[in-house]
Amino acid sequence: MKVIVTPKAAVLDPQGAAVRDAMQHLGMPEVRSVRIGKYLEIDVDGDEAEVEPRLRELCRDLLSNPVIEDYELQKVEEERG
Amino acid sequence: MKFAVIQFPGSNCDQDCRAALNGIRGAEAEFVWHKETSLDGYDAIVLPGGFSYGDYLRCGAIARFSPIMQAVVKDAVAGKLVIGVCNGFQILCEAELLPGALVRNRSLRFVCDMVTTRVEVDHSPFTAGLQKGTLLRLPVAHGEGCFFADEATLGELNVNRQVILRYVDASGVATPAANPNGSIEHIAGICNRERNVFGLMPHPDRACEQRLGSNDGAKIFESMMRSIAGDQARAA
Repeated sequence: MKVIVTPKAAVLDPQGAAVRDAMQHLGMPEVRSVRIGKYLEIDVDGDEAEVEPRLRELCRDLLSNPVIEDYELQKVEEERG
Repeated sequence: MKFAVIQFPGSNCDQDCRAALNGIRGAEAEFVWHKETSLDGYDAIVLPGGFSYGDYLRCGAIARFSPIMQAVVKDAVAGKLVIGVCNGFQILCEAELLPGALVRNRSLRFVCDMVTTRVEVDHSPFTAGLQKGTLLRLPVAHGEGCFFADEATLGELNVNRQVILRYVDASGVATPAANPNGSIEHIAGICNRERNVFGLMPHPDRACEQRLGSNDGAKIFESMMRSIAGDQARAA
């Protein structure tokens, strides 16, 4: 499974802004914005369907902070299919 | 009066907190390891600064699930005074004992400096005896101290007078230059709605002796002691 955590739109992302500035400076003035988040690869034992609801809970309670971040849980199989 | 100073793996201001408190007449501070499950017998709880769990994932995100945190939450709900300094503030936000969150400093730089903060309320257990407008000189040392809350939360914080400290300049004015980390509305410290849980990024523990540049931090701990003594007298 993959979890992608991104800063909410309302939250300042100074890191993203610094990278955007660098990209513009390096010849890509088209870059309008960059937001930097986190990407987690998670291997689990057992049935994914059974694990998913609990993993989703942990996405909310541990892997992201809902005050400042959104998360997206992706199943690797779906992508391959 | 007994203070519990919680030690998480990666706490590094636990010694400062204990030394500062033990230097205050009438205060006695002890360490409590994060694997403990009870805080019975303590009058107040201190979550010290540092880098609990190496700040992995997010600052305070993992410490918030340490066994001791259940006791912290239970005692906080029961009304015990809880103060979180720096990483302790981050843990209190992650534990949802305080609203909002602390994110990367707007400058992207770790800031290590002496700042001036202004007491924003007339009454709080953490500023008892300090008039609104009192200036406190306190050191900061953090990379993720930019306070963020959405507009609705910010509105509630202001309406309920939960903002206890704001960053100001030496004359007491909240200017952008006086804000060390880009915190929304210059917020340096907030309390919960019930007013018994307080989190702040500056370190009162590092400002309890004049030879360290300021003893204004002691005023916060002394305020807590005054409030606890008042509560105990009323209960007796």
